[in-house]
Amino acid sequence: MSTHASPTFIRPLREAGVTFVLALIVFGPISGLVLDGYSIEPHLGRPLLIASIVAAGRLLFGVLEQTPFGQKLLARNARKASGGVTVARGDEYKLLYFVVPLVIAIGVTLPFVANKYWLGNLILALIYVLLGLGLNIVVGLAGLLDLGFVAFYAVGAYFLALGAQYLDIGFWTALVCAPMLAACFGAVLGFPVLRMHGDYLAIVTLGFGEIIRLVLNNWLDFTGGPNGASVPAPTIFGLEFSRIAKQGGTPFHEFFGLEYSSDYKLMFTYLVLLVVVLLMVRFLTKLRQMPMGRAWEALREDEIACRSLGINHVIVKLSAFMMGAMTGGLAGVFFATYQGFVNPTSFNFFESALILAIVVLGGLGSTLGVIIAALVLTLLPEVLREFADYRVLAFGALMVLMMIWRPRGLIRPKRPHFAPEV
Amino acid sequence: MDPRNLLEVRNLTMRFGGIVANNDVSFDVAQGSITALIGPNGAGKTTVFNCLTGFYRASEGTIHLAGDQGCAPLEVGGLLSKPLIGGSYLVARAGIARTFQNIRLFREMSVVENLLVAQHNHLDRNLLSGALGLRRYRQAERDGIERAFHWLRVMDLEEDANRLAGELPYGRQRRLEIARAMCTGPRLVCLDEPAAGLNPREKADLAERIQHLRNEHRVTVLLIEHDMSLVMGISEHIVVLDHGEVIAAGDPQEVKNSPAVITAYLGADDDEEGAA
Ligand SMILES: Nc1ncnc2c1ncn2[C@@H]1O[C@H](COP(=O)(O)OP(=O)(O)O)[C@@H](O)[C@H]1O
Ligand SMILES: [Mg+2]
Repeated sequence: MSTHASPTFIRPLREAGVTFVLALIVFGPISGLVLDGYSIEPHLGRPLLIASIVAAGRLLFGVLEQTPFGQKLLARNARKASGGVTVARGDEYKLLYFVVPLVIAIGVTLPFVANKYWLGNLILALIYVLLGLGLNIVVGLAGLLDLGFVAFYAVGAYFLALGAQYLDIGFWTALVCAPMLAACFGAVLGFPVLRMHGDYLAIVTLGFGEIIRLVLNNWLDFTGGPNGASVPAPTIFGLEFSRIAKQGGTPFHEFFGLEYSSDYKLMFTYLVLLVVVLLMVRFLTKLRQMPMGRAWEALREDEIACRSLGINHVIVKLSAFMMGAMTGGLAGVFFATYQGFVNPTSFNFFESALILAIVVLGGLGSTLGVIIAALVLTLLPEVLREFADYRVLAFGALMVLMMIWRPRGLIRPKRPHFAPEV
Repeated sequence: MDPRNLLEVRNLTMRFGGIVANNDVSFDVAQGSITALIGPNGAGKTTVFNCLTGFYRASEGTIHLAGDQGCAPLEVGGLLSKPLIGGSYLVARAGIARTFQNIRLFREMSVVENLLVAQHNHLDRNLLSGALGLRRYRQAERDGIERAFHWLRVMDLEEDANRLAGELPYGRQRRLEIARAMCTGPRLVCLDEPAAGLNPREKADLAERIQHLRNEHRVTVLLIEHDMSLVMGISEHIVVLDHGEVIAAGDPQEVKNSPAVITAYLGADDDEEGAA
């Protein structure tokens, strides 16, 4: 980087030129050729426009980089990028006494003010919060890159759908059993592969996720294949949230003498989900200060040091894997209940990538960051409905910006404060 | 096994493909002693440590650790090859703790957390009792924190308790690593070049602390070190390695006057301290 007083333009210009060509190559086929019926129409102006915007951005960056202001900005970023983790002072908790009840109050009142469309979005957002929290255990805390997390999500969802079909189980049974089954799947997958490191683990988990999806897709007799399987409405004390009782109980609306509305089912799902998410957040906050949670993070920091301290790294990794899988299974149950129907397309790789993006953008290891990222990444596309076509593009741009601005994620976790007893 | 010894290494040979890092190494570490392992760079000292602590499986030879309170001696290789559950972590649980030549702290965790991780096996690991905050769990956690602060005081790190391990100055990181090893409650602590990169004042301070650990806290110390004045000053028994073989062993006086040691050091390079 030059340290001259006045910025030079030659290098930035050259770089911008290269960027322009690269952008043209990338965007040319994507936006330059538009499929119209059976013919392809060339729109050469568009890639030129996009590439010019990108090149202008690069030029601006290159020039700014040389000014004192830009360098100060870069230095600040570099400081943030390296670590950014701090230790709590021990008195931050006071604010929580105010914020937590407020958040809970808002969360509880939302379903009564939101319309059906937004209620559905909120449920989905909370499901992603749950998924993010689960994957955060595996990737953020234990440092194991899992690209097939969606497999456990599918296990949870299909457990409810198929369990209802074959074993006549209901929502509540699934809520307890599905996480356990998902954890078992986690253990079965984890035990042989957790001796691997980094990239190998990522590839194996990626394969596992696809295997589960393909099995669900192709085992027609058992899972219903691509047609999926329907999921019964949830019940509360034997009252069903359906128009007519299918499971031998009384419908909820008849019991209370109300008009039938599918909103009740959504509200019920939302409230149970909210309770589960709150409990999960509380549990995870505690967990980070419990021996198991600390061991996970220590393992992420340095596996060899862990072994030298007598920590069985395989067991610790396995427990993280199972705990993550369990949370994924739990989210699956809610997803199936919300949709009333499951099929394998809901569990493709894009879903895994989205959950991973939530964890990475949120700040690996930070519960609050993951919650914010999950809410933003699921609710924002709904707010910007008109731009739905550009969703994936915006998603990519957001990722790039975050990597520049905050490469370690939105929020860096704080370490707990300890004081000796006096 | 001699009851006066804590550790007996016999005919240890470690090969990496064609490289013989240790060849037929035998030595003893007496109970409650400070024993030093010295030798020029590349002599194979760290490799011996890695075999002792179970990070490498020795190609040949045995390493016996005296049993705790009258139990039968343990063989390190045996702990590693236990079916399914075998691993280096069992060696640490048997009572051998270590530090690393290039410091391995949990850099993004606080100092106290580093020490709590070291006590993992002494704390209440049950998720349920932790989530519900049972008395048993809270008591174990409090004891752990107390023990952590105890070792911080011993290593003079108390004011750093709530800092990130990775942001401590180098000398303090070295001391923290020793404190962390001590938190596992070891019988033998292996220090790999604990004084490397310290200034003379810090070195003297460290020497005092190592002696303090042995005298007051009854732990046996095995030490790799290049600084001869430090080694000669505090150790009772010195084992000299060169090219993977033991070329001399004895008390500091014997080793200092041994012709083999003088040739190894002066022949290897002109500096009396070796290539530190
Ligand atoms: N994992 C390994 N693979 C191959 N060679 C190794 C390995 N570890 C150590 N060595 C070799 O063993 C020799 C001794 O190394 P080391 O024990 O680190 O020496 P010291 O600690 O005495 O300086 C060196 O020649 C080194 O290259
Ligand atoms: Mg070495």
